[in-house]
Amino acid sequence: MKILKLFLIIIIIFNFTKINSAENNNDLVNKISKNIRCLICQGQSIYDSQSDFSISMKLLIKKKLEEGLNEKEIYDFLKDKYGQWISYNPEFNKKTFILWILPILLFIIGGAILFNKLFVKKY
Amino acid sequence: MKNKIILITLLLFFSFCLIVLFKGLNNSNEYIPENTYQTLKEFKLKDLYSDNEISSDKIFVNSDYYILNIWASWCGPCRKEHPKLMELSKKTSVKFIGINYRDNPKNAKNFINKFGNPYSFIFVDMNGIISIELGAYGVPETFIINKDKKIIKKFIGFLDDKSFNEINSILK
Repeated sequence: MKILKLFLIIIIIFNFTKINSAENNNDLVNKISKNIRCLICQGQSIYDSQSDFSISMKLLIKKKLEEGLNEKEIYDFLKDKYGQWISYNPEFNKKTFILWILPILLFIIGGAILFNKLFVKKY
Repeated sequence: MKNKIILITLLLFFSFCLIVLFKGLNNSNEYIPENTYQTLKEFKLKDLYSDNEISSDKIFVNSDYYILNIWASWCGPCRKEHPKLMELSKKTSVKFIGINYRDNPKNAKNFINKFGNPYSFIFVDMNGIISIELGAYGVPETFIINKDKKIIKKFIGFLDDKSFNEINSILK
């Protein structure tokens, strides 16, 4: 009887770990999917889209996670295949620096103009 | 004087933006990363007719060029480009390989029976994963691969006259 109880406990723990791992993988698939652009849709992530492209892409992400790739490796794989455009969070590099710097630059210039108009006394 | 400088600077800035945006309108929406042109990695998929899983390494053999075409029976543009594929398949220097993307095998076979079979082999990509691994956006999509299995050209969407002529000039 004791052996049977022990056996049951082991099975329950094993299955719980398995379910937990599958849930973690699904959460990660959802997280990555929200950051990946659906390249054939208008302004949608693959998480939001039900296009064939998005469905296949989600399956691919799941497969890559099951193969043991981590989040960064999956992003790198997709960027390698489809370019930086695929990600909603492009890296800072020589091709994307204008994208990152321009808003800050415009904010500083705008702020300087405003400051000049509002606080600097004119003689 | 100061106001004039500000006005001119603003005008120059907005003119620059306008020119950049206007030039962008003429750019193609199709973006193909440079990394696309790599050696084709081995993949395994089922054969449409025998249902046996086969390695791509066994299919991409004995030809100077390979045309890998991703298609589906439910895809309108695939029907439109099919006559061009039939014409290209007459060339002896090229082997045509199809990947049937997220399709019903019965419909795929009907499509081939109705419009002709340009392919010497048809893989079945039921869930679309391999096509995505190849960097496909959807269907149809065509890759020109040389005898070293290096992708030398990729066409997104159906093959128009320009693409058709380009393929012809590559396969000469």
